[in-house]
Amino acid sequence: MGDQWSRRRGLDTFDWCFCGSILALSSIGVLTIYSVTAEGTGNQYPLYVKQAIWVGVGMLAFLVVSRIDYHKLARWSYLLYGFAILLLLVVLFSGKSSRGAQRWIALGPLAFQPSEFAKIPMLLVLAVYYANQTRRGWWYRVIVPALIALPGVFLILKQPDLGSSLSFLSIYVTLLFAVGIKSKTLGVGLLSALMLFPFAWSELWGSLHDYQKERILSFVDPDYDPAGRGYQGLQSRIAVGSGELIGKGFHSGTQTQFKFLPESHTDFIFAVLAEEWGFLGGVLCISLFLALLLLGLEVAAKAKDTLGALLAIGLVGMLTFNMVVNVGMTIGLAPIVGIPLPLLSYGGSATIMTMAALGLLFSVKRERLSLLA
Amino acid sequence: MSDPRLQSTGLADIQGRLLLIKIVVLIIVGLLVVRLWQLQVRDGTYYRSLAHDNRTRSVSLHPVRGLIYDRNGILLANSVPSFNLYVQLSDVPDREALKGKLVELLSLDKRELNKKIQAPGTGTPIRLKKGVSLKEAAIVESHRLDLPGVVIRPEFHRNNPQGVYAAHVLGYVGAASEEQLAREEFQGLPSGSVIGQYGVERIYERTLRGRAGRKLIEVDALGHEKRMISVDKPQVGHDVHLTLDFRLQKLAEDLLGEEAGAIVALDPQTGEMLALASQPSFDPNALSRGLRADEWNTILQDARHPLTNRATQGQYPPGSTFKIIMATAALETNAIGLTETVHCRGKFRFGNRTFRDWKKYGHGEVDVHQAIVHSCDVYFYRIGNRMGVETIAAYAKQFGLGARTGIDLPAEATGLIPSPEWKRQTRGEPWYPGETISVAIGQGYVTVTPLQMAKVIAMIGNDGRSVQPHVVRGVRERDGEWIQKWAPTQAPSLALRPHQLEAVQAALAAVVTEGTARRARSSMVRIAGKTGTAQVVSLRSESEEETPKRFRAHAWFVAYAPFKHPRIAVAVLLEHMGHGGSAAAPLAKELIEAYLSFGIDEQDKTRTSRTSPAHKIMKERTRFDG
Repeated sequence: MGDQWSRRRGLDTFDWCFCGSILALSSIGVLTIYSVTAEGTGNQYPLYVKQAIWVGVGMLAFLVVSRIDYHKLARWSYLLYGFAILLLLVVLFSGKSSRGAQRWIALGPLAFQPSEFAKIPMLLVLAVYYANQTRRGWWYRVIVPALIALPGVFLILKQPDLGSSLSFLSIYVTLLFAVGIKSKTLGVGLLSALMLFPFAWSELWGSLHDYQKERILSFVDPDYDPAGRGYQGLQSRIAVGSGELIGKGFHSGTQTQFKFLPESHTDFIFAVLAEEWGFLGGVLCISLFLALLLLGLEVAAKAKDTLGALLAIGLVGMLTFNMVVNVGMTIGLAPIVGIPLPLLSYGGSATIMTMAALGLLFSVKRERLSLLA
Repeated sequence: MSDPRLQSTGLADIQGRLLLIKIVVLIIVGLLVVRLWQLQVRDGTYYRSLAHDNRTRSVSLHPVRGLIYDRNGILLANSVPSFNLYVQLSDVPDREALKGKLVELLSLDKRELNKKIQAPGTGTPIRLKKGVSLKEAAIVESHRLDLPGVVIRPEFHRNNPQGVYAAHVLGYVGAASEEQLAREEFQGLPSGSVIGQYGVERIYERTLRGRAGRKLIEVDALGHEKRMISVDKPQVGHDVHLTLDFRLQKLAEDLLGEEAGAIVALDPQTGEMLALASQPSFDPNALSRGLRADEWNTILQDARHPLTNRATQGQYPPGSTFKIIMATAALETNAIGLTETVHCRGKFRFGNRTFRDWKKYGHGEVDVHQAIVHSCDVYFYRIGNRMGVETIAAYAKQFGLGARTGIDLPAEATGLIPSPEWKRQTRGEPWYPGETISVAIGQGYVTVTPLQMAKVIAMIGNDGRSVQPHVVRGVRERDGEWIQKWAPTQAPSLALRPHQLEAVQAALAAVVTEGTARRARSSMVRIAGKTGTAQVVSLRSESEEETPKRFRAHAWFVAYAPFKHPRIAVAVLLEHMGHGGSAAAPLAKELIEAYLSFGIDEQDKTRTSRTSPAHKIMKERTRFDG
C-alpha cells in the first residue's frame, strides 16, 4: 500500500484501517462492559456510559496529539518525564488507596492514575535518549537508559503496581532491542542482572502485596486450591473455554453474569468477550490488535528519522506486551499481574493514555507525509 | 529514506530489525490464538461442563416425615418447620473471615465452627446451627455479602405434641451415623439424613420417611439461588396409626408416676397394644432435636436407664404370676386333680433344704382354687416337684415365655425359661432338683417381660387363644387410602380342656374378689388376675420396711376384664415396690375401669357425631373386621 497512500492527503487506506481498528476495539470494550455491568452498581452513571465518555475523551486526545509535531514533544520530554515522576511522588505520599494499593490522585470527583500517563513521557524520554546517543557500548546502551527509567519503575512498583512497572520495563526492553545490542553486551547485561538478582529479589518480592504473590504462585499451580489462590485463573479459563466456538451470546455468559469471575469488566474483560462471543470473537479481537501492531510497525518502517522509528517501535512493544500479558493471564499463559487490556478494559486513565499514545504514532506517520508533500 | 538529509544515526539499522520484531509479534499472537483454540474448541465441551457445574447445583429435598396417630386419631408425632443455618464450603473464598463474621454476627461458638468447617469441604452443605430464630435469619439475610456460602434453609424437625407421653413406643429421630448410612436399608440416603433411632420411628422408618426429592438450581458465585432448572418433588412419608389408646397410655404413665416400672395393656381378642408405659422415661422432643455430648452422657449414665423400654426389654422374675402357668400345666398333665388338696404348713422340705411359704404358718388344706386365690407357695412347690422342670418349661414356652412376642418394637427381650439342657450349655453344670422348686413359684432363673406376662394372661382370658401383640394398626397415605393394615395372624393356640381352664379362670376371678388382689376389686366390672411378688435377692429380713429399696421385691399384677368376654388384658410391674396385691393391683383396676368407660364414650360419640375421627376409625374397624 506504501506509495499509494503516501501520495495523497486526507484519509487514506492506512488511516481507515488504523482508526477503524481503534474504534472497533473501544466499541467492543464498551459493549462488553455493558454486558457485565448493565444491572447497575448503584452509581450515578453506569460503568459503560463512563467508559464511552472516556473513549470520547481519548479520541480527542488522539486528535490533539496526532496534530503535534513529535519533535516538539521530544524537546519537552525530560521536563514531561520530571513532571510524571513528581506526580508519582505525590501518589506515593498522598494518593488515594484502593484494595491495598495507592495508585490514584483525586481531582474533584474524578481520580486518575499517574502511572498510566507516565508511560508516554517514559517512551518519549527513552526514545529521545537513544535517538541522540551515537556512542556504543553497554554503558551507554544499557546502563544509562536503565538509570533513566529506574525512578519511574521504582515508584510504580512501590504503589504497588506490578503490571504498570512491567509495562514500563517492556518499553525499555523493546527500545534496547531496536537499537541493537551486541551479543557480548547482552551477555554482560544478563550476567550482571543475574548477580544483582538475589539483592533485588527481596526488594522486588517484598514490595508485592500478598494477593500479588498469591497470584504469581497460583500461576505455577492453578489447580492447587480452586476456592483459594488459583480461583481467578481457573474461573477465567472456565469462562473462556466454555465459550466454545461461537460463544454463549451477548449478556449470556454464565461465568461472568453470575459473578464467578471477579474483575470481569477490568482485568478479565477478555474472558467475558471470549465467553460470550466464543473463539470467533476472541480471534476477531486479537486480529484487530494485530492489525494495530502491524500498522504501528509499518509507521516505524517508513519513519523519516530514528526518533520517529523508536517512538513507533516502543509503542508497539508496550501495546504488544500489555495485550499479550492480559490475554495470556486470561487464558492461563501468564501470571495474573493486573495489566488492563488496552482500549477494552474499563478505566479512564488507561484508555485516554492508550489513545494519546496512538495519536503520537499518527503524528510520526503524518510528519513523514507533510515532508514528502 | 533515500533523502540523505533525513539519514540519522542507526535508522537503517533499526528499520532492518523491524522484520525480526514483526516475526516475534506474529509468533506471540499466534501462540495466543493457538491457546485460545485449545481452550475453546478442543477442550470447549469440557470447560462448558465445568461452567455448568459451577452454576448448577443439585439440592436434595428432604421429604416431610409421616405422622403418627393413636387409635382414635390423636396426633402423637408430627413434623414442624424450623430454620437451619447451612454453609456451602465450596462457595467460601476465605474460611477464617467467614468464621470471624459468624462469631461476630450470630455469636456462634468458635470452637464448634472450627470443628465443622474443616478442609476439604465436600459438595454437601454443612449445618452450622439448628433452629435459627427469625431475628438471626434477618441478620443473615442482611449480611449476605459478608457471609458467602451461608444459607438458611427451612426444614422440618420432629415434634411430639403430647410431650413425654408414649416416648418408648414412639421413639425419636436423629441424624444417621456413618455406620447406619453404610447399611443396606439406608442406601442412597444423603449424609445428614434424619432417621428413626428408636421405637416406632425406627421400626417403621421406611414407611414414615417418604422419598427424597431433588432440585436443580442455578446459583451465582456467592451460592445464592438464581433460578430453578428442574425439580423432582419429595414424597411425603406415610402416616402410621398406632393401636395405642392415648388416653389409656397417658393414664398408665401417670399411674406409674416417678416409680420405675411398666404397664402393658392389650386387647386379648386382637393383640392390639392399648397402652405400653415404661418409667422412667425420656423427652423424645429433646432427643429428636439433638443433644449435646454431655446431655447424652447424662442419659446414658443414668442408673435408672430411662432409655430402656421396661415393658418389652425389662426382664424380671415373674414371681407368683408364674403360678398361672404352673396350675394350667399341672391340671393339663394330670399332675394334680381338680379337687385334690395339698396340706400347707408354711414350709416344704426338699432334700436337706426347706422352702418356705410366704405365709409363715401355712394355708392348711388347699386345692388348686385355694392355692391360686391365696397364692400358696407350698402347693406349687409340690406340683412343681411332681411335674419336673422340663414339663414346666414346655408349658411356659407354649404360653410364649422365653421367646420374643414379635411385637413391632425394636430390641425386644426374650426372658428366660430355664431347663437342664440350658443350664448345661450355658453354665456347664447339671440341673439340681431343688432349682425346680424355685422355678415353681417363678423365682430362680426364670425371667419374663411385662409384655410376655400380659400375653399370658390374655391367653387365659381368651380360652387359650393366642394373639400377636402389635402397636401399629395400619399405614395410611396422608388423608388418603389405607396402604397397609394389620392382618390378624393366628398365633399358635393352647388347647386347654374346658373344665381345667374354667377352674383356673374362676380362681383368678376369686383372687380379686377374695384373694391376694382384693384391692383390684371393681364395682364396675368383674376382673380376673394374679398378683406376684418377685424377690430380687433371697430375703433374710422379715420386715419390708427395713429392707433397702434396691433389694425390695418387684410387685406384679396381671389381669383381664370383663371376666366373660375380656376386652383388655393388663400387666403391671413395679420395681422394688414390694407386694403385688397392695402396690400393683390398684393400678390395674384403675386402668381397666378407665378403658371400659372409654369404650362407652366411644360408642356414644359414633352415634352422635358422624364426622369425628373416632367415627372414621370405627368405620374403618368395621370394614377391617368384615
